[in-house]
Amino acid sequence: MPELKEKYAALDEVIARHKGEPGALMPVLQEAQNIFGYVPKDVQQIIADGLGTTLAEVYGVATFYAQFSLEPKGQYVVGVCLGTACYVKGSQKVLDKLAEELDIPVGRTTPDGVFTLNATRCLGACGLAPVMMINDEVYGRLTPDMIPEIVAKYR
Amino acid sequence: MDLYRAHVLVCGGTGCTSSGSTQLIERFEQQLQEKGLDHEVKVVRTGCFGLCEAGPVVIVYPEGTFYSRVNVEDVDEIVSEHLLKGRKVQHLVYVDHATHESSMEKSLDEVGFYKQQQRVALRNCGVIDPENIDEYIAFDGYQALAKALTEMTPEQVIQEVIDSGLRGRGGGGFPTGRKWLFGYNSKADQKYIACNADEGDPGAFMDRSLLEGDPHAIIEAMAIGGYAIGASEGYIYVRAEYPIAVRRLQVAIDQAHEYGLLGKNIFGTDFNFELHIRLGAGAFVCGEETALMNSIEGMRGEPRPRPPFPAVKGLFGKPTVLNNVETYANIPQIILKGAKWYASMGTERSKGTKVFALGGKINNTGLVEIPMGTPLRTIIYDIGGGIPNGKKFKAVQTGGPSGGCIPAEHLDVPIEYDTLIEIGSMMGSGGMIVMDEDNCMVDIARFFLDFTVDESCGKCTPCRIGTRRMLEILERIVDGKGEEGDIEKLETLANNIKSTALCGLGQTAPNPVLSTLKYFRHEYEAHIKEKRCPAHHCQSLLSYVIDADKCKGCTACARVCPGSAISGAVKTAHTIDTSKCLKCGACIEKCRFGAISKK
Repeated sequence: MPELKEKYAALDEVIARHKGEPGALMPVLQEAQNIFGYVPKDVQQIIADGLGTTLAEVYGVATFYAQFSLEPKGQYVVGVCLGTACYVKGSQKVLDKLAEELDIPVGRTTPDGVFTLNATRCLGACGLAPVMMINDEVYGRLTPDMIPEIVAKYR
Repeated sequence: MDLYRAHVLVCGGTGCTSSGSTQLIERFEQQLQEKGLDHEVKVVRTGCFGLCEAGPVVIVYPEGTFYSRVNVEDVDEIVSEHLLKGRKVQHLVYVDHATHESSMEKSLDEVGFYKQQQRVALRNCGVIDPENIDEYIAFDGYQALAKALTEMTPEQVIQEVIDSGLRGRGGGGFPTGRKWLFGYNSKADQKYIACNADEGDPGAFMDRSLLEGDPHAIIEAMAIGGYAIGASEGYIYVRAEYPIAVRRLQVAIDQAHEYGLLGKNIFGTDFNFELHIRLGAGAFVCGEETALMNSIEGMRGEPRPRPPFPAVKGLFGKPTVLNNVETYANIPQIILKGAKWYASMGTERSKGTKVFALGGKINNTGLVEIPMGTPLRTIIYDIGGGIPNGKKFKAVQTGGPSGGCIPAEHLDVPIEYDTLIEIGSMMGSGGMIVMDEDNCMVDIARFFLDFTVDESCGKCTPCRIGTRRMLEILERIVDGKGEEGDIEKLETLANNIKSTALCGLGQTAPNPVLSTLKYFRHEYEAHIKEKRCPAHHCQSLLSYVIDADKCKGCTACARVCPGSAISGAVKTAHTIDTSKCLKCGACIEKCRFGAISKK
C-alpha cells in the first residue's frame, strides 16, 4: 500500500521537525492524527521511539485529551454541540434525532464507516444555537425535523 | 493607495462564516467588478460585530447601514440599489427585536444593541480587517508597544497596569498588575509570558472573537507584558476547535515579524520577543493555569499544587505570567490612554469594561461590552432585547460550570466580580446564558455536573469521585427517583468538594448545584416529593394529555405518534395511552388546535 507508506514517511518528517523542541509531544500527536485520522498503537510507538520517550507516556497523553482518537473515525464526523446555550435551546433533541436517524448510539461509528456521531463541547457559535458540525461544515438554528434532510446530503 | 467612497464590511467571525459570509464576500467582489465599482467600493472581511443573532451581518459605510441575515441572492440588490444608486435596501435593514424598529435611519452605533455598549477590548472587532497589519496600525496599533519600549521603564509599565485596576478577565479576577509584579520580581535566566486562549466555558466566545477580530492587539499586549516582566518568549495556548482564530493569529504573528514588531531589537531597543502558538486538544481542565502549562510542556493536562505559583516556577520550571485573552486586549489601551482613563470606567472594586457572551433564551444573542457595574437588567432587556416568544425570565447563568444561576430578584444587582460571588455565582469568563420558564433548574444543575464529571482530570479524589456521586443523585432526581434526604446529601458533598479539591475546576464544580438549591430549592422539592417537574421539562415526570374540549378529532396526532399511543375516531376527541407514550412531543408539534399539553 503505497498510500500508507507515504503516511509513515510524513510521520517521520513530523517527528524529525519537532525533535528536541520543548513540549514536542502534543504537536506531533496532533499532526499524526491529521495524517492518519487517528493515532493507532503502532503510530504511538513510532512517536515514542522518535522522541525518545516511552509508549506509556505517549498513550497517557493521547488518552487524556478528547481530541485524540485511538480508533478510526467515520468519513463524516457529526458533532452536536452540547454547550449550555445550545442545550437550553434543545440540542439534546437534535442529538437524539441523529442517533435515531443514523441508528447508532452517541460516540459510535456506523457499520459502513460513513458517520461517527459525537456530542461536543461548546463550539463558540452560540448565536446560532443549537449548532452541529459535520466535518468542517457548521449547521445552525437546528430543529430535529431538519435532521433527515441534512443527513441525506451525505449519504 | 486607492481612496474608496464606500466600504462594505462583512463579518468573518465564526458565527457569520458558518452562515455563509465567505460566499457573500465572493459575490460582493464579483458584482462590484461587474458594475465597475471595484475601485470605488472596498469589501473588507472583519472580525465579529457582536450581534450574532443577526448574522450574516453586512455594514455599509460611510452611512453605517446595518444589514442583517443577508443571503447571497441579496448581494446583487445591495450593490445595484445601495452602492450604485444610493438607496438603502429597506427589507434587509436590521430590525430591532424588542422595539420592532427598523434601523433604516440609524447608523450602527445608534441601534439598541450597541447604544449602551462601551467598546475597549472589542474596539477593533468588526471594524478592521484582522489579517491586515496596516489597518491595525492605522487604529493606533503597536503605538502602545512603542511607548512602553521607548518612553517607559518596566516598573512604570507595571505601575500603570496596577493603577488601572485591571483584573483578570478569565474568571478569577486577580489584579493583573500585581501578577506582573510577581513575575518581574522573580529572578531567572529565562521567563515566559503566556496567553490563556483555551476558552472552555460553554457559552463564552469572547476570546475567540477577539483572536479572530483583532489578533494584533493580543500580540502587542503580550510583547508589552514580556517587556514588563523581563520575558523574551511567549506562548499562546489556543483551543484547536477554533481554526479561524488559530490561522489569523499565525498570519498576524508573521506580519508582526515582517514589520520588525516581533523578533530582535524591537523599535531599535535591546528588547527581543518571540511568540509561539500551542494548540489545545479538547480538555477543559487545561484552562486552569498549571494544567495549561503541563499541556504546553507536552504532558497530560493535570493541575499542579500551588504554591509554587507560576510567577515563581511555571512553564518549563521558569517564572511565567499567564493572562487571559480579554485581559490582554485591554492592555494597549491602558498604556496609550493611561491608567486614569481606564479606572474612570466601572466601579470601585471592578474597573473598566467587561465583555459578555449573551446566549440562550434571549432575542439578541451575541457579544456585548459594557462598563463594570451595569445591572443585569440592562444587559438582558435593553441590550439583549428580552426573552423571545413572550416567555417569562427565570434565571441567568454566569460563570459557566464554575458559576451559578441568578434569579429575577437579583436582576438589579450591578455586575462586578465581588457582587456576583456574593449572590452565589461568579464572573467567570463572561458567558451569560438566559433561561426562561421552560428550563428546569434541576436539569441545568445536572447538565453542568455531567460536564464536570466528564472533564475532571482524575488527579484528586474529591473531584473525580465526589462530582460523580453528585451527578448520580441529580440524575436520580430528574428521573423521578429522588429520595428524601437527597438535597442534604448534595449539600454535604458540595461543601466537602469545595474545600478539598486540588484546583479551581473541582473547587467550583458544586457551584451550579449550590446556587440552584439556594434560589430554586422548591424545584428540587417538587421533583423529589411530588414527582413533578414545575418547568414541564423532565421527561420521566411528564405525561401528555389531550384536552377533549379543544380536540377536533383531526387524527393528525395519531398519525404522527411513533408509539401508536393515541387513539380515537375521526371527528371525536382523542386520548393518549400513557403506558405506550414515548413522550417525544411529536403530537404537540402537529396539533393545530393547541389541544395537547404536558402535565
